[in-house]
Amino acid sequence: MTDSKHSPDRRKVIQLIGGAGAAAMVQMLPFGAGLARAAEKFTVGVIYVGSRDDFGYNQSHAQAAAYIKKLPGIEVVEEERVPETIDVEKTMEAMINEDGAQMIFATSFGYFNPYVLKMAKKYPNVRFAHCGGLWSKGMPTNIGSFFGYIDECEYLSGIAAAATSKSKKLGFVAAKPIPQVLRNINAFLLGARSVDPKATVSVIFTGDWSLPVKEAEAANSLIDQGVDVLTCHVDSPKVVIETAERRGIYSCGFHVNQAVLAPKGYLTGAEWEWKTPYVILVDNAESGKPMINFLRGGLREGFVKTSAFGPAVSPATRKISMAVKAKMLQDEFVIFKGPLRDNTGKTVIASGVALSQQNPVLESMNYLVDGVIGQI
Amino acid sequence: MSDASGGIAVGSLLLALLGGAMRVSTPFLFVSLGECITEKSGRINLGLEGTLVFGAMSGYGVAYLTGSPWLGILAAGGSGLLLGVMHGLLCSLPRVNDIAVGIAMMLFGTGLAFFLGKPLIQPVAPTLPSLVLGGWSSNTQIQEALRINVLLPIGIVLAFALRWAFVHTRWGLALRLVGDNAAAARALGYPVIPVRIAATAVGGFLAGIGGAFLSLYYPGSWNEGLSSGQGLMAVALVIFARWDPVRCALAALLFGAAGALGPALQSQGMTSGYYLFNAAPYVLTLILMSMSWSSGRSLAGAPGELSLVNR
Amino acid sequence: MSLLPLVAALFVTAVLFALFVASQGYPAFDALALVGKGAFGSTFAWQNTLSRAAPIMLTALCVALPARAGLLIIGGEGALALGGLAAAMVPVALAGWPVLLVQGLMALAGFVVGGGWIALSGWLRYKRGVNETISSLLLAYIGAAVFNFLVEGILRDPASLNKPSTAPIGDRYVIGAIPGMDVHWGLVWGVLVCIGAWWLMRHTVFGFAVGVAGGNPRAAQMVGLPVGRLMLMACFLGGGAAGLAGMLEVAAVHGDANADLMAGYGYAGILVSFAARHHPLGVMAGALLVGGIGASGSLLQRHLDLPDAATLVLQGMLFVSLLAFETLNRKGAQRV
Repeated sequence: MTDSKHSPDRRKVIQLIGGAGAAAMVQMLPFGAGLARAAEKFTVGVIYVGSRDDFGYNQSHAQAAAYIKKLPGIEVVEEERVPETIDVEKTMEAMINEDGAQMIFATSFGYFNPYVLKMAKKYPNVRFAHCGGLWSKGMPTNIGSFFGYIDECEYLSGIAAAATSKSKKLGFVAAKPIPQVLRNINAFLLGARSVDPKATVSVIFTGDWSLPVKEAEAANSLIDQGVDVLTCHVDSPKVVIETAERRGIYSCGFHVNQAVLAPKGYLTGAEWEWKTPYVILVDNAESGKPMINFLRGGLREGFVKTSAFGPAVSPATRKISMAVKAKMLQDEFVIFKGPLRDNTGKTVIASGVALSQQNPVLESMNYLVDGVIGQI
Repeated sequence: MSDASGGIAVGSLLLALLGGAMRVSTPFLFVSLGECITEKSGRINLGLEGTLVFGAMSGYGVAYLTGSPWLGILAAGGSGLLLGVMHGLLCSLPRVNDIAVGIAMMLFGTGLAFFLGKPLIQPVAPTLPSLVLGGWSSNTQIQEALRINVLLPIGIVLAFALRWAFVHTRWGLALRLVGDNAAAARALGYPVIPVRIAATAVGGFLAGIGGAFLSLYYPGSWNEGLSSGQGLMAVALVIFARWDPVRCALAALLFGAAGALGPALQSQGMTSGYYLFNAAPYVLTLILMSMSWSSGRSLAGAPGELSLVNR
Repeated sequence: MSLLPLVAALFVTAVLFALFVASQGYPAFDALALVGKGAFGSTFAWQNTLSRAAPIMLTALCVALPARAGLLIIGGEGALALGGLAAAMVPVALAGWPVLLVQGLMALAGFVVGGGWIALSGWLRYKRGVNETISSLLLAYIGAAVFNFLVEGILRDPASLNKPSTAPIGDRYVIGAIPGMDVHWGLVWGVLVCIGAWWLMRHTVFGFAVGVAGGNPRAAQMVGLPVGRLMLMACFLGGGAAGLAGMLEVAAVHGDANADLMAGYGYAGILVSFAARHHPLGVMAGALLVGGIGASGSLLQRHLDLPDAATLVLQGMLFVSLLAFETLNRKGAQRV
């Protein structure tokens, strides 16, 4: 192990990972410890709530799992479509008892409480990496919760959307009004308003994470109302992106790159890059360091990334977007700063207050900012 | 048009309901017509949800492999036919309960579709073309509401044709006789069991096509969450429509329109209470049923041999 | 069910599943061995199976009891959800009260609300002639909507950030594991309720009257039985069992009420009840099979890379075979 991986600047690591298509690069990764113990395999269990190839959230995790699978000394066992019931508890336990898993990636938010908490207490020698949860003091220390600040990419999508839109009406198809979703909607609106103060975002909640017909209905309703750029936060954006393309409007992707689904209208998108936290956590476990209990990162840390611009994004827009992105990469940009009002007129962030990305207040966001059409 | 202040544009809302009816009714229509034929023969096939899902998967797969959505439709119908024959044969064994086998077949069809459909979640298959009937209008919402799939008019014509055929053709008469009074049909020399198997097979064929509509037109994509119980609901609509194909079509359209209420209100800024708006089709169906049915009256139109309603 | 059809069905299912798995390019014998191992092959497997079976035997009663009265109810999922929600409200209102009292009241709340929801179907059938199969299905969808509306609305615990839930019931009131086992007490509740239902239906005048009303309503009316009230009671008791399943899920598994209560147990119960010929003791065996297949699915995915739907295929094959082999049974056909 070298210490370079844990220095604050992770870009070097990201460059390494990014180029690791070649086996030679994998060898260059500082996995000395892992190689030395190659005889005894390190077994990692990964649990998904949906299908691994859903063009969305679960796929983003499956890509990371596929990546760590190729690392030497690592064995990966996977299970998909595991519901957030006693099923996931039993799956975790089965991975530990039947496969000898030493580390579990539980990738759905709802797995955390009570299932991961319960299993972590029962199996103190197994590490539990959970995506999206908020680890806090007093919880078992063999749990690590990791997540990405994808609202940064949503802000950049908002810039591209408002700059490209003709009607300045943007649409957002969302599953449920929960903090992670609201933060994305708000960031999308703020990005849009940064280039056009009159831009609005209309939001439709479908009520669940995977309801293709309802998602198509929501997309069509929004387009009927004059919306000409659509984005979404549901488990699989495939239907929304395809519907937008069929009806000849623009779209911004989410979770993974959906450009192939909308070659004409795809502007850009917010993508996860889970292999960064996966590698950090697995590496940490293999070298016997304590579990990182709270791990977060945005563009700068390489936890998220933006899709390449589509053909409809003008050079001028690209320039604005890239300038903001450069600032984000330098940690010089704040998305949520006062004065900020919600869409009922209440001040939610006072003037002069700037909430940096790491601020936990943002992880319990419960409002839609001014300019978002919709109630929660 | 409304703005953030929350006003609701009624005209726009009605158009949205019309659009919704045009977009989402087709699967309900085809499955309920198929089930109508099956139930007229005196059998009930609750497994059409599984047939619908399997049809969606096989239709998508064949359309993707051949490049032709029409071959996909045919494949969906064919696979539905096979599942129908299976149900028909099993239920012809003595002492085998058709409702129970239907529910087991629902699981089997869905499971098979999910299993075989794994590699089809990613690929993009060609979709069915649509008819643009709203070209005369400059209003894009009207144009969109009237952009309909060819299967919808086919289904509506089929509904009228079936209503006519049940009364005026030889096989329609035979079907109803078998369904109403098997002993009488047997006495008159009609082959009761083959008629029922055929009726279940045809029902499966139509349900398969209804499924292909989901994967090949709207929303036009395959994944495990594609059907949220449309097949089961369509079977229920047949009883709601009292075994009349034309009323099945009306019920399907009404159900589709009511389903558009939630998204349409939300797109105008009414996003609170969306769960309740989204339940509108179910509430509406329940209210209509309890208003129009009464305990004293027998179920007009119910096939006499049907186990679900005649106890 | 006598033994011959059961054995024949299990054998045919094994052969069909092996052929199917082989046709898809997976090792057939390994798959069969893993099903056995994952479901019943070790103490861990057994406990896994039993944990999954617990709620299903109760939701199966939601079909089995009304079926005695001649009604086909398929909306147990709605009763489970609303019963669970009602139960989750009890500790919130009565925080600090004695544990057993609160748990008892939770069970009562779940039972009454779940029972009332299904009784609504029975009432619509008796009073308005509305087909109870459809109305219970519609009510399941409506119940889910009401559940979500409340859990994501006024009953939402603001601290349940990204997974909207009601306030936690609190560690004190959680129903724990049976001593020495890794299965929660809900299993015992389920077994006791099944036995109670069997006793009620087979050994009491009430049960006999329900059976007569279900078997021949006209005759029942002629001998002066209150057919409508018997139907309502059968629906209420069935719905109550499903509501109790919801309460146990809340108290023993989730620790609050959230949308994942609706995990399909209500629908699994339909099949189990039919396979058991609506016999309250038979549903325990049926629930064990469903639980075992669920437990083994996990192993099939991890070791053979079979899709998760393999368990659905297996369940479908098993129940189709079980039902088809009823043809060998000498008893009469199922009524409902």
